[in-house]
Parts: sequence; C-alpha cells; structure tokens
Amino acid sequence: MTAGQSKAVTAKVNYAAYPDEAGHFGPYGGKFVPETLMPALEELEEVYLKSKLDKEFQAELEYLLRTFVGRPTPITYAERLTEHFGGPRIYIKREDLAHTGAHKINNALGQALLMKRKMKKTRIVAETGAGQHGVATATVAAKLGIECVVYMGTVDMARQQPNVYRMKLLGTEMRGVESGSKTLKDAINEAIRDWVTNVRNTHYLLGSALGPHPYPAMVRDFQSVIGRESLRQMLDPSIGPGRLPDAVVACVGGGSNAIGMFHPFLEYETVRLIGVEAGGRGITGGEHAARFADPKMGRLGVLQGTKSYVLQDDDGQIALTHSISAGLDYASIGPEHAWLRDQGRTEYTYATDEEALEGVRLLSQYEGIIPALESAHAVAHLVKLAPQMGRDQILLVNLSGRGDKDLATIMKELGEL
Amino acid sequence: MTGVERIEATFRQAAAANRAAFMPYHAMGYPNRAATIEVIRTLSENGADLFEIGIPHSDPLADGPTIQTATYLALTQGTTVKDCLAMVRELRAAGVTQPFCAMTYYNPLFAYGVDRFVADAVAAGIDGLIVPDLPPEEAEQLESACRKAGLATIYLLAPTSTDERIRFVASHATGFIYLVSVTGITGARTDLPPDLAAFVGRVRKATNLPLAVGFGIGTGAQARAVAQIADGVIVGSALVKAAGSPDGISAVAALGKEPPPPGAAPGHHPVRWCPPP
Repeated sequence: MTAGQSKAVTAKVNYAAYPDEAGHFGPYGGKFVPETLMPALEELEEVYLKSKLDKEFQAELEYLLRTFVGRPTPITYAERLTEHFGGPRIYIKREDLAHTGAHKINNALGQALLMKRKMKKTRIVAETGAGQHGVATATVAAKLGIECVVYMGTVDMARQQPNVYRMKLLGTEMRGVESGSKTLKDAINEAIRDWVTNVRNTHYLLGSALGPHPYPAMVRDFQSVIGRESLRQMLDPSIGPGRLPDAVVACVGGGSNAIGMFHPFLEYETVRLIGVEAGGRGITGGEHAARFADPKMGRLGVLQGTKSYVLQDDDGQIALTHSISAGLDYASIGPEHAWLRDQGRTEYTYATDEEALEGVRLLSQYEGIIPALESAHAVAHLVKLAPQMGRDQILLVNLSGRGDKDLATIMKELGEL
Repeated sequence: MTGVERIEATFRQAAAANRAAFMPYHAMGYPNRAATIEVIRTLSENGADLFEIGIPHSDPLADGPTIQTATYLALTQGTTVKDCLAMVRELRAAGVTQPFCAMTYYNPLFAYGVDRFVADAVAAGIDGLIVPDLPPEEAEQLESACRKAGLATIYLLAPTSTDERIRFVASHATGFIYLVSVTGITGARTDLPPDLAAFVGRVRKATNLPLAVGFGIGTGAQARAVAQIADGVIVGSALVKAAGSPDGISAVAALGKEPPPPGAAPGHHPVRWCPPP
C-alpha cells in the first residue's frame, strides 16, 4: 500500500453541494408535508444551518458525544473472520459500542440538543421501528430533561419487548400504533400526526435520513461522525490499516447509518460504498424491503415528506414490507441514497432474512460480537463480497448496533444451538 | 366553463344569497361503491354547494381516525384511482352538477401520472384538486397541467402559516383557499379554536379568493359560527361517520336538515344561515 492511495481523488461531483436550497438531491428529496408543518420546517432548517457554524453548540455536542455517548467508537480488526473468508482484511466500525447500543444516539443527541438550545420547544415526539432510535431518543430526553413520546407499531413492540421496557424505564411515554402494517411506516404517520397537532411546542425527532427537508441532510450531518472517525482511524496505522479501505459496507433501512458512514468517504472515489437492503423472504414474493432490488414495486414516489424510491403498487398505494429486522422494515429509502446511486457513487444489494441470520452466527462465533439483525445484513454481504476481493485489499463494515434486543427473534429462528 | 370558473361561480352564488357555501367531504368507496353514489346524491339534494371527494391513500398522514378508517376500508375493498374517476362520471350522468374537488395525497396521483391524471379528472367531471402533502414549492408540474386544463389548484393554509407564506401560497391558489381551522389532523372536535376569526382575517388581507374553513367542524352550531366569517364551510368526518352508521343515508340527510337557528330565514340549510345585517 502506498501513501498515494490515501490521497483524495478529485471527485467529479461536488457532493457537499447537495441538497440544494429547496432540499432536493436531483429529482429526490424535497418537502411534501401539510402546510401546518411548513413554518416548523423553515424554522428547523434555519437553526440547523446556523448550528453548523455555531462553535459553542458544536463544542457542547462534541463534549456530550465524548463523555455521554462514549465516542469515538473503535474500529476492530476482524482477524478470524478475515482468515475464515481468506480474502480482504476486514475492519468493523463499532457503533454497537455507542451508548444505548447503536448509532441512533448520534442523531438523537444532535437534534435534542438543537431543540433544547436553539428552539422554543419543550416536547419531543419520535417514531421507532427496532426500538433503537426510540431508546436513543428516550435516553437523550432523560439526559436533557425533555418530555418525550415515542410511537411504535404494535407488531414491532411485540418483537422488540426489551426496548419497549427500556424506553418506559427512561421516562418516555410509549404509544402503540395499530394502523396499517403496525410497523415503522405507521409509527411515522402517527408521529407526524402528533407533530401537526402539537407543532407549536413539539419537535419531531425523526430517526433516519428520511422525511422532508431538512431532515435527510441534518440526520446525515449528525451521523457523519461515524464516517469522519472511520476515515481517521483507517488512516492511522496504530489503529487501522494505515490506508483507505477498498470497500465500505453498511445496512440500509431509511439509511442513516449508511449515509453517516458513506458521506465522508464520497470524495475518495476509489472507495466502493455498498448499501445492503433487507431482502426479507426473497424479492420475487414481494415480502421484503429492498427498494432498489424490485423493479416491479420499487419506483419513484413520495412517502412521508420526501421523494425517493418507494415500494408501492400500481395505484400508488404503499406496499407492506417485510424484514426479520424491524429497523430495515420500511417502504422507502433516504433520498440521498437514491441520488448517489444515480451518480454511480454508491451501489446497493440485499441480504435475505436467512442470510442475515447467518451473518449473526458468523460475527458472534468468529469475532465475539453479537450484531443487531439490521447490522447483520451488512455482515451477511461479506459472504458474497469477500471472495471477490484480494488478500491485499481492505474492507470496512459498519456495525450499526448490537444484537441484545434481537435475542428473542434469533432464538426463535436459529433454535437449539 | 372550466373547473376554476364553476368553482368561482358557486362561491359567487352563495355570496349573492348572503350565505356561506356548504362543502361536504366524502371518502370515495366508503362504505362501498353504491353507498358512495347514494351519499353524494343525497347531499346534492340537501344543500351541498361543492363536493370534496376523497381518493383513498394507504398513508393519509393529514387525516384523523374517522377518515383513516373509512379510506382504509375503501382500499381493502379494492377502490382504485380509476374507480374514483368512474364514480365521478356516474354521478355526473346521474345529474349531480355541483363542482367536485378531488382530495388525495400526492403519491397516488404521481403514480397515475400527473398529466394523465389531470386530463382524466377533467374528462370525468372534476373541477379542482386538493393535495394536502403537496405545498406549492413541489407542485410545479401539477400546477402547469392544471392551468392548461382549467382545473383549480386548491392549497391549504394553517394557523401556523406566516403572513409571508400566506401571500406566497395565495399567489399559487385558484378556485378557493382551504383554511385548516386548527393545527392538527381531520376529525370532528367539540370546540372551534378561539383564534379562527383572526386567522381568517389575516388571510383575507392577502387575497380576494374565497376562503373555506375545514377540519374539526362537526355540528350545525359550529358550521353556523364558521359561516359568519368564511365563504365556505367544509364538513368531513362528521358526514363520513354518519354515512358509515347503521342509519346510513338517512343519517346523512338528517345532518343536512338540522333545524336552522332561531331568527334564520325559513327553509335555510344550517350553513345557509344568513348572518345578521
């Protein structure tokens, strides 16, 4: 490896210039919300843009990330997994070691601090799928002393019971959502309805790089700490390989851990950036959440405030999705992912439920790390990717969360070991 | 006449009679196709000036439980955008002449094809469009198609709208402007918000378009109160609830026949109540 490979290759596209002022990433993104919310979005955009240049705010955020979240999270060299595949050297970014066990807290803390310091609002609502964003939000709400309500589909509540209890323990009010598929999408609908009703005193702490502008950009910025740290750690020979990775892999539901990891790497055009969607029970039967993999159902559309790829029927009704992981079980994908894919800068594939479970087993038994079912989709892709890469190459996987919350599901699926 | 002209004429006629327009909403396909036709025909003979017809969407994020449940049922019975247009044609054939404003979310319309939808809507007999999750900022394609076809682009304004936004949204609106009475979602409420008159007044300063108020209006008393300050009164969830009740059509008709308040001219529909001179 030469030092030259670590230099930034001049990028063809100025990725930092997106989204534009109206919140568009090319044909994607925008603000598709009821009028009641437009002034709130304008206010949010204003305080978010100001906060980026506000040294005092950034210093407080950095302090809390360090002393409360436990950042920087390490990268771990996965020596046995590397040997197992006999291919590239594999490094793992350990977002599972962040406080509350997933990357979600990076964004939850950022938004809650923004609200507390810069907005005249006193109450937070949030949605949650796997419960990780809900737990992160409940946690920062407790830490900063903010009233918090979390909406969660009742199907998800049943499969993520430990997280439901955690949120209650943290002092958050849990509201089960019975409409539609009773999963993440429906929880977002209900959180938005609460927000529309209480917008004068309530901030909607959206958990993924989704929704109306400025959320996709703001969530990306708060999550980009993952990529910035990873870049520094990979280039540091005392921690990482001392050079850029050849490929970076992350799972993609709404896409916040992936965009947070990818974004600082965008300008390094030699680095392949690969997102792994939820293939569920396979693409052909329609029981999945792979927006880019299913040309029949995955088309350009508008869902919950943003234009992006959306799984839908011919009549524009949103499809019911399936994934073993509640956090990837969503019909749309962050607009920036769709745009980066069009630029040819990022690529997307999928892992099925079964492959994800194999990912859980692999990482647990070779590396002593039990991954969240979401993150296990990224691990699962290594089974296909590693054999295509050389031994002298470097692979970085974002481990977005830990698997404790999924033990009940994993026990049910894997059975007696 | 274009759709915009028919809507304008409707408000002019109501104003000439010194009353507000009665604008019932119904969810297409609820509780079933035949009942939808019957509900709208009944209302057209019981004082309706203009109809809002809801094309169901799987994710109605501006709607409360009543309309969510109604549109969900319509969808599970297989109601499509095409079916809704067919119902409009049937209603026109049956002699319903009041303007129809289709209310739907952007994705069903986008999936149908914006230009194709506008063309088919006009051909079916629709006069205006209300798309609550489509602010003017994102509506360039739809506005341009609607302008060519004479279809009204009806935007919503909310109590949270700033004066600057009110001017901006009003400059894109045709037909009328839909004022959301409360910060919130659709659904009948017990009280009207105290700041409603001030909100209507703020919008009046920015536009000459007719102003219709909706969200949360469920009783004759509320409708009469709104009729004093607005040009149109939109009643949705209360009618949808009536249409889905065991009494069905007679409940809808009864809602349109609530006795006028003391002092109102005889024969006047509740929202055709004449404000005192």
